[in-house]
Amino acid sequence: MSDGVGAARAASPEAAAAHEEVVPPSGNNPVVELERLERRYGERAALQGVSVRIEAGTTLGVFGPNGAGKTTLLRVLAGLLRPHGGTARVAGASLPEEAWKLRGRVGYLGHEPLLYRELTGRENLRFHARLHGVPTDRVEALLAAVGMEQRGHDPVRELSRGMVQRVAAARAVLHDPPLLLLDEPRAGLDIAAAALLEPLLGRSSGRTRVLVTHDVEAGLSECDAVLGLRAGRQTLRAPAAEVAPARLRELYA
Amino acid sequence: MTRAAAVILRKDLRIELRTRESVPAMALFAVTVYVLLHFGLDRDTLDGDLASGVLWVTLLLATVLAVNRLFANEREDGALDGLLLAPIDRTALYLAKAAALFLYLVLLELVAVPAFALLLLSPGLGGALPELLAVLLVADLGLAAIGALVAALAAETRVRELVVPLFLLPLLVPVVIAGASATEPLLAAPQEAEGLGGWLAFLALYDTVFVLVSLAVFDFLLED
Repeated sequence: MSDGVGAARAASPEAAAAHEEVVPPSGNNPVVELERLERRYGERAALQGVSVRIEAGTTLGVFGPNGAGKTTLLRVLAGLLRPHGGTARVAGASLPEEAWKLRGRVGYLGHEPLLYRELTGRENLRFHARLHGVPTDRVEALLAAVGMEQRGHDPVRELSRGMVQRVAAARAVLHDPPLLLLDEPRAGLDIAAAALLEPLLGRSSGRTRVLVTHDVEAGLSECDAVLGLRAGRQTLRAPAAEVAPARLRELYA
Repeated sequence: MTRAAAVILRKDLRIELRTRESVPAMALFAVTVYVLLHFGLDRDTLDGDLASGVLWVTLLLATVLAVNRLFANEREDGALDGLLLAPIDRTALYLAKAAALFLYLVLLELVAVPAFALLLLSPGLGGALPELLAVLLVADLGLAAIGALVAALAAETRVRELVVPLFLLPLLVPVVIAGASATEPLLAAPQEAEGLGGWLAFLALYDTVFVLVSLAVFDFLLED
């Protein structure tokens, strides 16, 4: 995942064509606007020249192989990482100057559950509810919604991975955020649990979403637009309806 | 800010009550050191400057244990990100961690000071106990203020076990000097409170400076 590899790909005819494909704005209410976004880890560019616009209520699917910069992109959008170049406007906040405005406006479900192992699921949600100023009766409603009302009194360290993911999903939407950042949100979930979370995290939630997934078919079916990343560079940006699954699989080749 | 700090502090105390990872370790460490010194020194009892030095250096090293653990729960499973995403002032996190460390130190001293008096102290605590408690409490504020700052500094580093003592101990030298100097006449025979007011004022000033500095820089420490 060197800069050289990324540069070579960006210079390829396919990549150049991808850059020219501009997703036409479907409205005039962008929740996310990125223009030539850059983020580095030391000397290594993790994101370079990423430009994207996400309208309210739509879903951007982010695809790419391991190390492509997908998680870094989500963490920049969440305000957890500072962008090092370009412009980024997320939920009305210019990053990094106004990152503080973003606090409490983003629901983040990443690789880690952001929960305390020694606390129960219910205690974790109540803790976050107090921090977000959310009435604690919403905690009970969400525990029921994710099917964890019975196991909500168990410490998180005693829960299975799927159960932890369910509590983490409840935490991510606890404060009813306008923007959801989802990194493999169905990891560890069985079919029933995935269906249970659909109203909270899925397309039917009506939320603006950025969805990172490796499941090409399922991911495409619930996206409005697609962003392909490889070695930190944007190699594909197009409306989901115009992208064939085979084209997405090429990203992983 | 204080409401958010209280929420975080309550969470930390609940976890400590459940795991008992910090306070028992600190107390056990201090008592063990006093037992080792009791048998290791070629003296049955201590007083004056030596007693004061032993008391403070032991408390200082026990503080290092707690500072190393202060952000342990936030590091696990990305919990710190959950706090950073919440609509709270980040200094609330500092206040909560400093308050938790202060409480841990008070609990440590409830065990360590009687053990110290029993195992090592020649004149006993006697009538100097109120003055000693005053020195300990004012010094604890400084230990907690600086400890929480260093714990945050080390939280995201891979070599935090090195970072904590390397940054913490030099910053705590003035606290130890003032604490030991204020305590020395209290642990001597006859017990006196010579110069106590001056040392307490110095400690209070040092505490205040570090609380203000910490509040000013804490936000930046949590930036990536």
